[in-house]
Amino acid sequence: MIRNRKPTLPGFKLTLGLTILFVSLVILFPLSALTVKASSLGFKDFLSLAFNARTLSSYYVTFGCAFGAMLIDLVFGLLLAWILTRYSFPGKNLLDIAMDLPFTLPTAVAGISLAAVFGAHGWLGQWLEPLGIKVAYTPLGVTLAMAFVSLPFVVRTVQPVLQELDREVEEAATTLGGSPIVNFWKIIFPEIRSPALVGASLAYIRGLGEFGAVIYIAGNLPFHTEITSLLIYIRLDEHDYPSAAAIAMVMLAVSLVLLLALQAAHAYSQRYLEKSA
Amino acid sequence: MNKTYRYFAAGLLLLLGTSQLRAETQLLNVSYDVARELYGQIDPAFAAYWKNKTGESLTVKESFGGSSKQARAVVEGLEADVVTLNQVSDVELLHKQGGLIGADWQKQFPYNSSPYYSVIGFVVRKGNPKGIKNWDDLVKPGVQVIFPNPKTSGNGRYTYLAAWAYAGKKFNGDQAKVQDFINKLVANVPVFDTGGRGATTTFVERQIGDVLITFEAETLGIQKQYGKDKFDVFVPGLTIAAEFPVAVVDKYAAAHKTARQAKAFIEYLYSPEAQDILARNFYRVRDNNVAAKYASQFPNAETVTAEQLGGWEKIGKTHFSDGGTFDQAVSLKR
Amino acid sequence: MKRHDTTPTLGISARLLIGAGIAASLFLIGIPLITIFSAAFKEGWQVYWKNISQPDTLAAIRLTVFAALVSVLVNTVFGVIAAWLLAHFRFPGRKLLLSLIELPLSMPSIVAGTAYLFIYGAQGWLGPWLMEHHLKIMFAVPGIILITVFVTCPFVIREILPVMESQGQDEEDAAHTLGANGWQILLRITLPKIRWGLFYGIMLCNARAFGEFGAVSVVSGAIRGETSTLTLQVDQLYHDYNSTGAFASATLLALITIVTLMIKLSIEHSSTAKSSDSITSSSMAAES
Repeated sequence: MIRNRKPTLPGFKLTLGLTILFVSLVILFPLSALTVKASSLGFKDFLSLAFNARTLSSYYVTFGCAFGAMLIDLVFGLLLAWILTRYSFPGKNLLDIAMDLPFTLPTAVAGISLAAVFGAHGWLGQWLEPLGIKVAYTPLGVTLAMAFVSLPFVVRTVQPVLQELDREVEEAATTLGGSPIVNFWKIIFPEIRSPALVGASLAYIRGLGEFGAVIYIAGNLPFHTEITSLLIYIRLDEHDYPSAAAIAMVMLAVSLVLLLALQAAHAYSQRYLEKSA
Repeated sequence: MNKTYRYFAAGLLLLLGTSQLRAETQLLNVSYDVARELYGQIDPAFAAYWKNKTGESLTVKESFGGSSKQARAVVEGLEADVVTLNQVSDVELLHKQGGLIGADWQKQFPYNSSPYYSVIGFVVRKGNPKGIKNWDDLVKPGVQVIFPNPKTSGNGRYTYLAAWAYAGKKFNGDQAKVQDFINKLVANVPVFDTGGRGATTTFVERQIGDVLITFEAETLGIQKQYGKDKFDVFVPGLTIAAEFPVAVVDKYAAAHKTARQAKAFIEYLYSPEAQDILARNFYRVRDNNVAAKYASQFPNAETVTAEQLGGWEKIGKTHFSDGGTFDQAVSLKR
Repeated sequence: MKRHDTTPTLGISARLLIGAGIAASLFLIGIPLITIFSAAFKEGWQVYWKNISQPDTLAAIRLTVFAALVSVLVNTVFGVIAAWLLAHFRFPGRKLLLSLIELPLSMPSIVAGTAYLFIYGAQGWLGPWLMEHHLKIMFAVPGIILITVFVTCPFVIREILPVMESQGQDEEDAAHTLGANGWQILLRITLPKIRWGLFYGIMLCNARAFGEFGAVSVVSGAIRGETSTLTLQVDQLYHDYNSTGAFASATLLALITIVTLMIKLSIEHSSTAKSSDSITSSSMAAES
């Protein structure tokens, strides 16, 4: 990684200046406005607005459902990454390309569609409801909507690793008499553990912030299915700016911490890999 | 390559141009959520009237959303020339927080600047399977009630106040019992949409709930839209009058140089022509002739007003502020 | 690439896994997608066409295309500049800068909308000044573009930075030694090298720009025919007793999505045919 290069490419000052200017104007400036607004509240007020009963339960719903969504994405993602890299079957290309759909489909469109599919009279809802499985307007619906939008993360982080993984190692292990399951745990799992975790974390972060897809299917019931993003939106609608600022600040801090933690974990695993290699 | 760039630049300019060019006078009417169909008819009708009267071409742009949300947007810079909202407190906000209109805005036009009104009504599914007739039936276990979030929507606020007024009368003002009644009512609400139309969609399209509570105009509109064979509508024994406030947003209209047209728009709402459109959209109107023509649409019911409940300022503090009676009811609901 | 796909016969467990994978994909992706189209055409072609061609929807399409075009342009230029900086130079604060650029992806977009409101709203920091000078940002097209730029700014750089880092800069250095200036290096060497990553970044950026909902709904004001983007139009129609119209507008957005993915597919095919410059591996593994 250490590059000992003589000729330094031109443009350092120019690109540094422009990048910092852009980041300051577009990202830092608005976020500092939010920070100032939130910090003008005073500590006590901030706590009471950002952590009252309704807001707390919106955190439970948001973080809980995003976690559930992450688990769904993890199972689904590992399964799909596995079959997409290990088998060939008709329609595989289509399936592969479909994995990107949740990234590119506008989330509000996904939202009205999911609400239509899982509503009491929707295609799937009408079969699930008699079984006692209520999706629309329950935390399960929130979870599914979050799972939908963050579906591709695990697939797309694990897929390349599985693709590169040497098949011969696996085959050798099998001929040496290991059962497939033992082989999976001993040989494949260690390889994909780190990308799967990265993908899952990304899915989790994405789920936390999702708005469009969730609000149509959530029912938006305080203490039950109200997500934090919607609560911020409602607080703005209610002219309750201090609350909106306080809650938005919490979410901003959480996403910053998660992002830094993810990068730290990534850097750590890189170093670990390099050492062990 | 060069040619491509030139076309690209030309295309960009064209796009910019179409969004910025304003060939004719424009009014922006910022309105409440369920007024979509109403102003979808009134706005073009006014443009035709104005063209006929003055020869000036004019278009009326529209924006719809929960009434309180819309008021907030106007205060934040959504440059409405006129507002047609559904609660006095929302227009008041334009004066108090925005300084956009004068304190005497209610004196600018007849009937406290309220050209039409409605009451709160019920919509139930055909045949009324749960036998819902009055407010008492809404607090029974197993009944699902749909109305929008009282904090963001006028419909929700009026509904809540009507229920409060009913309980107040029933329990002779015993606050603990009234609050208990309201708690039970709120406990029966499965979904709180942010706007009145959201609640309608929930009830009609998603088929959730046994009864939808909203403006009488919306209840009759639903029946017209979806057919009398699907829904029964009625006004409960005790209801509340929702007087819809309108105003010229002086500061923005002055900046746009549209004060004259904006004033004419509001005055037009009181004209027989507009009152007829209002009545056809099931709003109760001020014009006596028009009101008589459509009288059969509107049943009589005992009606309270926001003033009788203490006025909007007190209502806001008691019921809809943080920790108010609505928050108390919601916090019990898990 | 195709090395693993040559399994001649599939065992029972493989068939089960494939079946489960396809069933899950249908359940989570296929059915919702089909629903959009079936709901849009529920009342036939004519109603569909009428819904698509109404003036407000057309205006929404125009606005959406315009906002996406500008944001993609801005973010592509920014992405290339920032990638040049981050790939070629090591300096204190580099990691922090990278984190900041990634921040819009990891935060709820409503938070961004709130922040912009506190600045450009009439009661915000700049609001009174803007109003004095008759500059409209909130509830107007500039606000929509600004917020879209914010929300989509990480996409391009996330795609091209890993490509640039993995390919090294030997060629650039060589060209520099031979006396080429920065622009020449950028245009002749770097851009051709990263073209597929750049292209994919632009596609993702564009898709997100078309689809942004939460943040835009805070700053738009939803003036029909003026500040209503296509996703907001979907929301409006959904509440207009016109869910067919909502789904009709949604099909436009879904079509854009599908075209995006088709282009991606064809690029992948041509790039794997031509070189080892794989897009899939760069696409989401961009977490550096």
